[in-house]
Amino acid sequence: MSGTTQGLGRLRAASAGNGVLGVLIVLLVGLTLGMGQLEPLFRALFPDLGNPLYSRDSFLNLMLAHIGLVLMSSLISVTIGVAAGLFVTRPVGREFEPMVSSLAAIGQTFPPAAVLAIAVPLAGFGFAPTIIALSLYGLLPVIQNTIAGLGTVPHTTLEAARGNGMSRWQILRRVELPLAMRVIIAGIRVSVIINIGTATIGSTVGAKSLGTPLIAGLVGNNLAYVIQGALLVGLLAIVTDLLFERLERRYSFGS
Amino acid sequence: MTLARSADSRLVGNRVLLTLLIAAVASSVLLPFASLSPNRLSSGQPMMLWQALPEWQLTALALIGLALLAATLARPLPRRTSLWLSLIATLSLLGLDFFALGEYAHRALVDASPAARVSQGATFWILLFVSALIAIDALQRLRLGLVKRALFGAAVLAVIGACFSGDLLSPLSIMREFANQKANFVDQLIRHLMLVAGALIPALAIGLPLGLLVNRRDGLRNGLFSMLNVFQTLPSIAVFGLLIAPLSALGRAVPWLGDLGVSGIGVAPAIIALVLYSLLPIVRNTYSGLAGVSAGTLEAARGMGMTPRQILWQVEIPLALPVILSGLRIVTVQAIGLVVVAALIGAGGFGAFIFQGLGQYAIDLVLLGAIPTIVLAVIADFALQILVTLSRPPGTR
Repeated sequence: MSGTTQGLGRLRAASAGNGVLGVLIVLLVGLTLGMGQLEPLFRALFPDLGNPLYSRDSFLNLMLAHIGLVLMSSLISVTIGVAAGLFVTRPVGREFEPMVSSLAAIGQTFPPAAVLAIAVPLAGFGFAPTIIALSLYGLLPVIQNTIAGLGTVPHTTLEAARGNGMSRWQILRRVELPLAMRVIIAGIRVSVIINIGTATIGSTVGAKSLGTPLIAGLVGNNLAYVIQGALLVGLLAIVTDLLFERLERRYSFGS
Repeated sequence: MTLARSADSRLVGNRVLLTLLIAAVASSVLLPFASLSPNRLSSGQPMMLWQALPEWQLTALALIGLALLAATLARPLPRRTSLWLSLIATLSLLGLDFFALGEYAHRALVDASPAARVSQGATFWILLFVSALIAIDALQRLRLGLVKRALFGAAVLAVIGACFSGDLLSPLSIMREFANQKANFVDQLIRHLMLVAGALIPALAIGLPLGLLVNRRDGLRNGLFSMLNVFQTLPSIAVFGLLIAPLSALGRAVPWLGDLGVSGIGVAPAIIALVLYSLLPIVRNTYSGLAGVSAGTLEAARGMGMTPRQILWQVEIPLALPVILSGLRIVTVQAIGLVVVAALIGAGGFGAFIFQGLGQYAIDLVLLGAIPTIVLAVIADFALQILVTLSRPPGTR
């Protein structure tokens, strides 16, 4: 009986969560496309500003550029990160596991903004250093969680799979990866969320992103630009995080 | 038995070291060691290792390489001897890397114009990085005690300190930038640390009791955690930006707050945002540290006639301390990084050098901000890691 009420409560919480996510997505899309409609509002809020609406580029372009930066670097991070995590958990690469793990741990203490700055002497200004910094930095949580996720698969489960006559490849694809998936996705979530934030600062090294109006506003003392950029990038981060939460939940077996 | 024999018949005993050695050799052949440029802002002419180093240094480098190669082999050296050899070789590599760069800069600038600059190249960084990785790997494999590891750490610091003490490195471009900014550098360092401390103290003062509260009242937990979680996902620069307008309005509306320095730009929004970012790890770790104390332990404490207050201070908090301190470790490192971004709203700190350098296309100024920040974060992480270890009950370290 109490199990049912609990289940109902959870169901109700989940549908409320759906509602929040829905509203946030509508807000994100609406503001991206229709920020121009809010010009009178910004004019009223900041009467001293000559130009209260960022107009050097459309917010849609900035949003797409931002998502492009994050998507591209995350793709690189996930590909290399999962491959590296798989390599060091196989018998061939096990010797590298302590080194790779400590590298991932130490690397994550580096401030993302400093990593971005260091990429500039290596790759110049613009798109390239941002992609390099984002991919490198995003790699670390993915590696860490891939190793951790594969480590949670119980020995008895692997033993049983082997006993069933499954090949190594089958065990990996049908037992290990599905069981580790939730933890791996949690790592990708951390990596993507950090990258959304770092891509914003990427505009200081010349990459176009939602940080462009934000930084322009800070430099030019135009608070309206700051708010427009900050609102959109904040919404983007929250929506992305909630979507990942949903994805993670889909892979949680039994718990 | 079979295992032992197959290990014996292997040629390479340490494939990690071999991989690192190959990476170091490849970078030495392909990437420049230093660069020489006519002035501070123009990009330099690349100098390969064999162009920059005199013969005796190249010979020394080759010998270090051979020693490392010998250490990768399964025979004839015993395993521990190989690891110690790689530690000594890597220490020499570290010293030689710095020495060769400084010495090259001295030679290259003798008959160059006063505006000419020498900067470190990719190979310099990769050799430094590879040295660090070799040392980490060897220390892990040797399973040394805390004292021996600390001694090795001291040796590394001694080598680096010796390189920086004289004027060996002073002709380098980044060190000249440092000399120009010396007073400012110390100011920004202090400012950076003050901002971190200014955020962590209130965050602890709020977060620790809050963690205790959600440990005692289950109902509050989910709501609070999901709220703080959402906050954690927001990009820091967006939060700084969104705080400016309300804070400057507040500073104007309430004059005594304005007199205290509450305004949109500068320290106030930085501290507020940093406190909010720090809350989740502190509350979460305090909660889970306290939740990790077993019911049996609490039962025993109660059975001994301890009061709830005594149980909290003498049982729960000491047992939860390692987890709470791990939370402090996370937020300290995080705050050191976030303060960099706070420079964009005029809070100062090392980020000021980074963004000033990016604005002027002055790479060395950028590095003068970025490298000390990274060093600061790594040191803080290491120091708090030691504290976490020491806070564990003896026998479980």
